[in-house]
Amino acid sequence: MPRPGYVLDVDRSTPPTLFWHGETFRLEKLPVGSRVLYAPEPVEPLTDPDAAVAHALDHPDGDSPPLDDLLFPGMRLTICFDDISLPLPPMQRPDNRQRVIEAVLDKAAAAGVDDVVLIAALALHRRMTEDELRHALGNRVYDAFAPTGRLQQHDAEDPAALLHIGHTDRGEDVEINRRAAESDLIVYVNINLVAMDGGWKSTATGLASYKSLRHHHNVATMQKSRSFMDRHRSELHSSNWRMGKVLRDAGLKIFQIETTLNNDAFPAAAAFLQKREWEWTARDRVSFLAAQKGLDALSPRRRRQLLHSTNAPHAMTGVHAGEVGAVHELVTAKVHEQQLVPVSGQTDVLTMGLPYICPYNVNSVMNPILVMCLGLGYFFNLYRGRPLVREGGVLIMSHPTPWEFHPVHHPSYIDFFEECLAETTDPVVLERDFEKRFAEDEWYRHLYRTSHAYHGVHPFYMWYWGAHALQHLGKVVIVGGDPKAVRRLGFSPASTLRDALEMSEDVVGRSPSITHIHNPPIFLADVS
Amino acid sequence: MIREALDGKRIVLSGATGFLGTALVERLLRQVPGCTIGVLVRPGRRGAADRVRREVLKNEAFDRLRGELGDAFADTVAGRLVAIAGDVGVDGLGLDEDGQRFLAGADVFIHSAAAVSFDSPLDQAVEINLLGPVRVVEAMKEHCPAAHLVAVSTSYVAGTRRGKALETTLDATPYAPDVDWRAEVAAARRTRADLDSASRSPQMLAELHKRARQELGGAGVPLLAERTERLRLEWVKDGLVDAGVARASSLGWPDAYPYTKALGERALLQHRGDVPVSIVRPSIIESALADPRPGWIRGFRMADPIIISYARGLLKEFPGIPEGIVDVIPVDLVVAAIIDVAATGPDPAGPSVYQVASGSRNPLRYGQLVDHVRTFFTANPIHDAEGQPIEVPEWSFPGRGRVQAQLKRAEKLLTAGERALQALPLRGSQAEYAARLEERRDQVERALEYVELYGHYTETEAIFQVDRLLALHRSLPEEDQRDFGCDPAVVDWASYIGDTYLPAVVDHSRVKMTPGKKTGLSRADRGRKAILSPDRHLAAFDLENTLIASNVVDSFSWLATRRLDGRDRVRFVAKTLREAPGLLALDRKDRGDFLRHFYRRYGGAPVAAVEADVWDLWAEHLMNNAFPAGLRRVRRHRELGHRTILITGALDMLVEPVKPLFDEVVAAHMRQDGGRYTGELVEAPSTGEARALAIREYCAAEGLELDQCVAYADSASDLPMLEVVGHPVAVNAEAKLAAIARKRGWHTEGWKRDPGAPRTGPISRRASFLLAGQRKAGV
Repeated sequence: MPRPGYVLDVDRSTPPTLFWHGETFRLEKLPVGSRVLYAPEPVEPLTDPDAAVAHALDHPDGDSPPLDDLLFPGMRLTICFDDISLPLPPMQRPDNRQRVIEAVLDKAAAAGVDDVVLIAALALHRRMTEDELRHALGNRVYDAFAPTGRLQQHDAEDPAALLHIGHTDRGEDVEINRRAAESDLIVYVNINLVAMDGGWKSTATGLASYKSLRHHHNVATMQKSRSFMDRHRSELHSSNWRMGKVLRDAGLKIFQIETTLNNDAFPAAAAFLQKREWEWTARDRVSFLAAQKGLDALSPRRRRQLLHSTNAPHAMTGVHAGEVGAVHELVTAKVHEQQLVPVSGQTDVLTMGLPYICPYNVNSVMNPILVMCLGLGYFFNLYRGRPLVREGGVLIMSHPTPWEFHPVHHPSYIDFFEECLAETTDPVVLERDFEKRFAEDEWYRHLYRTSHAYHGVHPFYMWYWGAHALQHLGKVVIVGGDPKAVRRLGFSPASTLRDALEMSEDVVGRSPSITHIHNPPIFLADVS
Repeated sequence: MIREALDGKRIVLSGATGFLGTALVERLLRQVPGCTIGVLVRPGRRGAADRVRREVLKNEAFDRLRGELGDAFADTVAGRLVAIAGDVGVDGLGLDEDGQRFLAGADVFIHSAAAVSFDSPLDQAVEINLLGPVRVVEAMKEHCPAAHLVAVSTSYVAGTRRGKALETTLDATPYAPDVDWRAEVAAARRTRADLDSASRSPQMLAELHKRARQELGGAGVPLLAERTERLRLEWVKDGLVDAGVARASSLGWPDAYPYTKALGERALLQHRGDVPVSIVRPSIIESALADPRPGWIRGFRMADPIIISYARGLLKEFPGIPEGIVDVIPVDLVVAAIIDVAATGPDPAGPSVYQVASGSRNPLRYGQLVDHVRTFFTANPIHDAEGQPIEVPEWSFPGRGRVQAQLKRAEKLLTAGERALQALPLRGSQAEYAARLEERRDQVERALEYVELYGHYTETEAIFQVDRLLALHRSLPEEDQRDFGCDPAVVDWASYIGDTYLPAVVDHSRVKMTPGKKTGLSRADRGRKAILSPDRHLAAFDLENTLIASNVVDSFSWLATRRLDGRDRVRFVAKTLREAPGLLALDRKDRGDFLRHFYRRYGGAPVAAVEADVWDLWAEHLMNNAFPAGLRRVRRHRELGHRTILITGALDMLVEPVKPLFDEVVAAHMRQDGGRYTGELVEAPSTGEARALAIREYCAAEGLELDQCVAYADSASDLPMLEVVGHPVAVNAEAKLAAIARKRGWHTEGWKRDPGAPRTGPISRRASFLLAGQRKAGV
């Protein structure tokens, strides 16, 4: 029986705590009296995931007939799936998507359905490469669909491939992929890594255009979401749900399949990464030292290559299929089962070690904007109830924050960093003065469509993701970061955790309460 | 007396566009209101009157008169100043009828035209300084035999010698060097012809071509040809300068100037017939003591470059004897003396000589001058680019030989270093270091020239006597002594140097005299601002190493190995590396040939497959090697409404993915046959001058102005393209281009790959360095 999450009170006998630091890690001694939050241990996976998938397809949740009943010869079937941003790190083969899509395709073939198209639901993310698609779908599916053009990647900038469905009661445009919208059935295959994923966000966001996305991907929405990991208090989700209603009312048939994973994020050789330090065995200590020295000895490029080629042994823990709302409720409960950690009370100072990966730099570089997004967007928002850190508190992140970008994946990020952030870090001003120019830029549009580039507007969304944290926090310090890059982000650089804690005393006073989130593995703090 | 004597007189003046001539015109117009002045100038393209207006009257010397006369200035000038088209380098002075008529009525002819530069080519100095006075006096004999000729010469005609130099004609001066001036003229002309024919020998032309190539690299035939010809002319000119110095010193003069002047005096006196002649010999003329205003000077003259080099800390030693006399004389004293001589009229006893020099009457010792200069620059230091004051060096008065030897050694070392650096495949900041080294060498070279040329003058131990000048001064009534006095004793050297002369030098040379970093925009920012002005029309970009770090070999290899497995790929890379030296050599020789040769490899490649793979080539390889700042610049130009044009030797199908950045793409186009490439180009690839032509044609067709165009390139082989536009930008320049850009003050940019970009490509890093760096792919 896996143990639940744990809140450790640091005392004098507590060993140093592991902090992720980009593509390497550090051991830090936290002050006595600090709290360290640990994720629950990986929950037991499904013993026969394929059988579970088959069962889910035959026994749908909510107001939905089984998949077999929705399939008929001559129909147009579109299977949409989550892109490279999920899960993190990428899972060892077979991927959940492969298992589910193979099962769906078997049923479609049995039902005599010929017109089947697979669409990677990219929204404004970069197009996936052949290797990445093969990894997610398996070679069998890839080889059957890619050569005939039936494996597509959503193109949010191809007017011919979009269909404007209507407006929500708040006047929000609902515009999604035309092929999907005009299909007799959309099967959407999710991997719900965190509570934010899935639900109506799958279709209304993953298949949408900029015109539609801008209604919820904006500063006001993000500032009103408490947090976007909690659908019932997330303005982002409310908007997606309103859009979902428009889709449903327009007669779109969606068969939603959501899957969950346990948080077994690292291979056995790096098991220490998901253990509590005082429980490290001699073997763990040795592998920690070996890993740390080994990574340090590698060139930054090789180190990056090695880390990004490491897949997680994530295992499927649940699968539900059927009506979007019902499926999502059940699956979110499953996510909570793995990830919720009850925490009492907020903290003055929140510390975190940022790892090498976030949803937008798989096989890529964690550039400074993504550092901000991972820390202030994702990790800060991994709470239910109240933020872990009190209003006016301090966030300390550990990451090298190099002034580096992937020129293929993040071309507009480079310009955003060089031009926009040099002027202001205020998300409201950025949205007002710069967003439109980047969003409608022909060159970014061209790169998004033909290369493997995130959309021109994407760096803005990354910045908005942290908008609530920016508003909420009194100070942000990055430990061990490139000072120039850190300052460009509007944060304070510190060379050691001790310095950072000292710097935060100006904001929160002496002897502040300190909480460290030992993430990854990912968990969701349930703050009372 | 002066005003009365010259009232109603007609004065003809040659050399009005020079330092002394301009001062003369100004003084006569302002202080001798009764005279009419005819200025003899070469008409040039715009005509004599226009030249006088632009090159004489616009000078700030006339500000004072303009202020005094107000609106009447134009009328006064129109009524009293006549421009005469003429040339003292031509027999008969090249006068037209109007000119001859004006000359016929002349009362005084002041001949002040001269090639005053110490480093004039020999034949030019001979034509102007030696034959000029003869031509003038011949014309006077024909048109105005009774008029008084005041010929301006130099005190240094007496030669390098010790002791008193008297105010006597040269034939009456002891130890004055003498030779047959006609033979000297013939020899000078022959030297020009000899050097010219030597410069056209095959060996010489090959050597000059090699030098042009060293400097410009593969910039294309027209540019290399132009440069070679310029080097040839320079070589001839340098030869003539050397010949002048050599001939002059062999006869006992410091250089060609006093040598030709001295022979000019002799020739004049032999040819004068009955024309009354006076000779005025100033020493080194320097800025004005009082008229038209204290410190006024025209041009960057004589000692100025030396003084600025010293104050900049560049020139640490300069030869000279501390107790030696530096004979300088303010220009207004020389002007006054000339006017006094003109007003007094010729000596009935025959040609008379007046020396205008300070050496005997009011000597300035070299050591004293150095002290004044040091004091001034210690109190008012020049500041370097960082805003730090430059400390002036302690003067050690070494002998000339020692300084020359030191400088020669430094020059040799720097030249060797520069050569070595230029041979290396350097780019960006390293290339700029090489360019700085070259600049440093230029400075040493210049200092060496100064020492060689001016050294003689600081070592002169002749003392120029001014008895006749003083007698002239004393003969004037009090009022004229005040207005037209020419006694050198009026100069207070400390105040003249510290308060008048050096402030004028500093002002003139625009050196930085205030501490602190420059406020406002840096040079780079100013350059960028000029380039990104909305007024620009077009921005032309080279592709490889300007916008992306890649080259044709690299792209081909990527495409060729795309479908190969590991072992075949290694084999391919090994083969390419083996061929690399040959390819590089061909590329250095001729870019176009290289491209044609290399592109044969595409022969037989299926069009559809290549066209499809090109997108992946960019997404997986080339974009990783792109310079984000470069792409941003292209886009910035578009935002500003400029047209953008890509000019590359790369194949057009390979640049398809970047076409959206440009309004126009000029690229190589390959023939196709039955769905496959033939390996042959439809037309010659765009390299060298073809690129300049492409820009020219595009601008002509679109109605754009070349002056308003910007061009970005990284290699000297792109020079034609850079030179054709008004705003050239050197990007990541290799050594040759970096040197050229620095010399010409072109804006430079250092664009890099993003440090986060993964290494991609089929060829190892070392190999691509070899391929990309050694030669820039001018593509």
